[in-house]
Amino acid sequence: MIEAEALTKQFEGRTVVSDITFRCEPGTVTGFLGPNGAGKSTTMRMLVGLSEPDHGGARILGGRYRDLANPGRRVGILLDASAQHAGRRGREALAVSAQTMGVPAQRVGEVLELVGLDETAAQRRVGKYSLGMRQRLGLAHALLGEPEVLILDEPANGLDPEGMRWMRGLLRGFADRGGTVLLSSHLLAEVEAVADRMMIIGGGRIQAQGTRAELLTESGTIVEAADLAELDALLRSAGLVAHRADGDRRLVEAEPEVIARLAIANDVVLRRLAPAEDAGLERLFFELTTSGGSAPPQANSSNAELTGATA
Amino acid sequence: MKATTLAAPIPVNIAGVHTGPGLGRLVAVELRKMVNTRAGFWLQIATVALTVLVVTVRSVVGDAADPTFASLLDAGVKPAAVLLPIAGILLVTSEWSQRTGIITFTLVPVRSRVLGAKLIASLLLALAMLVMAVGVVAAGVLAASPGVGGTWSDAAPLIGQSAVYLTGGMLTGVAFGAVVLASAPAIVALFALPIAWTGVASLSFFADAAPWLDTRLALGPMPQEVMSGTQWAQAATALALWMLLPLLIGTWRITRREVAS
Repeated sequence: MIEAEALTKQFEGRTVVSDITFRCEPGTVTGFLGPNGAGKSTTMRMLVGLSEPDHGGARILGGRYRDLANPGRRVGILLDASAQHAGRRGREALAVSAQTMGVPAQRVGEVLELVGLDETAAQRRVGKYSLGMRQRLGLAHALLGEPEVLILDEPANGLDPEGMRWMRGLLRGFADRGGTVLLSSHLLAEVEAVADRMMIIGGGRIQAQGTRAELLTESGTIVEAADLAELDALLRSAGLVAHRADGDRRLVEAEPEVIARLAIANDVVLRRLAPAEDAGLERLFFELTTSGGSAPPQANSSNAELTGATA
Repeated sequence: MKATTLAAPIPVNIAGVHTGPGLGRLVAVELRKMVNTRAGFWLQIATVALTVLVVTVRSVVGDAADPTFASLLDAGVKPAAVLLPIAGILLVTSEWSQRTGIITFTLVPVRSRVLGAKLIASLLLALAMLVMAVGVVAAGVLAASPGVGGTWSDAAPLIGQSAVYLTGGMLTGVAFGAVVLASAPAIVALFALPIAWTGVASLSFFADAAPWLDTRLALGPMPQEVMSGTQWAQAATALALWMLLPLLIGTWRITRREVAS
């Protein structure tokens, strides 16, 4: 269980994180999405006491993080895979933490095997690791204390597609056993495949949060026409809101059937007519996170809007 | 890296009631950190090797008349006196420059406990190096001039003073590291500031204050001669300025500073 309440943080007068409130329940994976610099890392640092919020607070497993007797055994953390001493061997880096949190030394071997770092890799100094190896070492470190909560900042960064698939399986299994997972990413695709809930952060504020289905209720229909200008005119005359989409298509905020009937009635030839789904989530993510962030925009209005009127 | 072994189950530890790491365990961890990096490991090896070298050269090449315990000890503790503070600096600054602080301070959120463990670990390492240096010096004395009268005079008080000398220097290193929180600038400051201070203190205006505040003048006699009460007072004021004050500032910095990622 992770609870954040009105977390706010300023650096040198600039508000980096503003009034962030959320809850991550046991048994779920929560995806924390936003572009680089949106405030994800700062929020995560405040959760675990590395950074002190100016307002608000966070509770993990029912209390403040710093009040946990042995936090390494309750909460697994990966905030920066490169934050390891370059001159220390991979196995030794884990062994130091295992000793600190009182985990038997054999657990080091277990997590190394779990993340797929073999003995040769474990004996190398971390300074010689590739980004992917550091990421695996960081995941091994997060799992070392057999925690019940995982807080992972950009854990898929530097993993190959196979590694990403493996990590999704790992997190899914962890949550299914009752664990709580919060993972951040700046890439929608990394998160949406595994997350039960998503929070989209832009400009230091949470712009939208909910399950995938909840976030998609606004999504519409992808339409492609033989004559694009004709299509635009038709949509405008019908009072439907449309947005530019990839490949000279339109994303229309209406059900496919509505558009199909309209096209037949007006003799407009359509080449493509399909529910938006992923395109809708992508658009939502794009719009919410590129607005610069002072005022959260409505999910269905945008700067990419082509036809103004709504009925 | 194979993915075949990655499907093993993770036990989720729901019912865990755990006790936190005690101070003894944290001290052991900090001692381990001082020797388990490449730099840390070779720093300790270099200290031992240089001590052996210096004592050997002194007892063979030096003035044949008096390879006494006192004169050899003065030389024998010098490598440790120079290199221990660097180990002390790195013990603190690596948490920031290598960013291991993200791990250290999430495993032990009360940062003053970490700093306390680092100070105790530093004291233990300094005392271990003292034992090493005294052993090497004693061996050198026995090899060079066994049985000469007065060879061992004042050995006990000199060893005691050397203990203060080495531990004081080591803790000064930790303190400088804690103030600066960056390895290279802290090391430069540790060696450059006292030299700059000596320059300033050579002005006649400061002549009276110098013996009280200049670490070379105030602490230098420790491994050389049995110190008078005044000398002890001078050593205490110098340590207050160069060790205690930075340590207080450093503690304040470490407990408050944001740990960036």
